[in-house]
Amino acid sequence: MSEMKKFMFVNRKAPYGTIYALESLEVVLITAAFDQDVSLAFLDDGVYQLKKGQQTKGIETKNFSPAYRALEGYDIEKLYVEKESLEARGIVEEDLLVDVTVLTRAEMGALMDEQDVVLSF
Amino acid sequence: MKFGIVVNEGPYQHQASDSAYLFAKAAIAGGHEVWRVFFYHDGVNNASKLTEPPQDDRHIVNRWAKLAEEHKVDLVVCVAAALRRGIKEENLAQGFRISGLGQLVEAGIKCDRLVTFGD
Repeated sequence: MSEMKKFMFVNRKAPYGTIYALESLEVVLITAAFDQDVSLAFLDDGVYQLKKGQQTKGIETKNFSPAYRALEGYDIEKLYVEKESLEARGIVEEDLLVDVTVLTRAEMGALMDEQDVVLSF
Repeated sequence: MKFGIVVNEGPYQHQASDSAYLFAKAAIAGGHEVWRVFFYHDGVNNASKLTEPPQDDRHIVNRWAKLAEEHKVDLVVCVAAALRRGIKEENLAQGFRISGLGQLVEAGIKCDRLVTFGD
């Protein structure tokens, strides 16, 4: 599979409570392993996936947030967070685990438009 | 057009699987190809041969299997998601196969459109 396409993974759900965020990360890593152009978008409650200081002991669930820091090691460096979603939740860029590009909703839409494949989890 | 379909929800609980099936049928009827359906998250439960809906209801699992047989649709169940949920070769319905997430990526690369069904 030498062909390269632009894959965007849209993360819209909180990290715990459902399995979508965790299983999304699994697809992201595989897609990078196939040498595709990978970007990640975080919007709605998905912005909580990147929040610093996650504590999951109380719900007896694995804290997988360190995996977002490891993405760089897989050459996954295009992380986009929607400004409106952060603001609605009182989160600022400094609260996030990793370096991201903050985009407005309109800019995010334009970026999605450029993709070949958009997978939403 | 060559379509890939992703189903991210289990049968009966959620409309996604029904919608995906109806989309696939409509696409084929419209002269398009459905190259692969990839089942992920709870979508893997669409592949359980232990499924026994009441007789007056649609049989979602058998319906997928029939579509696969009649139109050569490749039905792929994600192995990691399947094992988490107890779907294995031994209870896999006819027409489905278990494989890895690479098959989803491949569908994204090879198909003209990849259409996702789920929340």
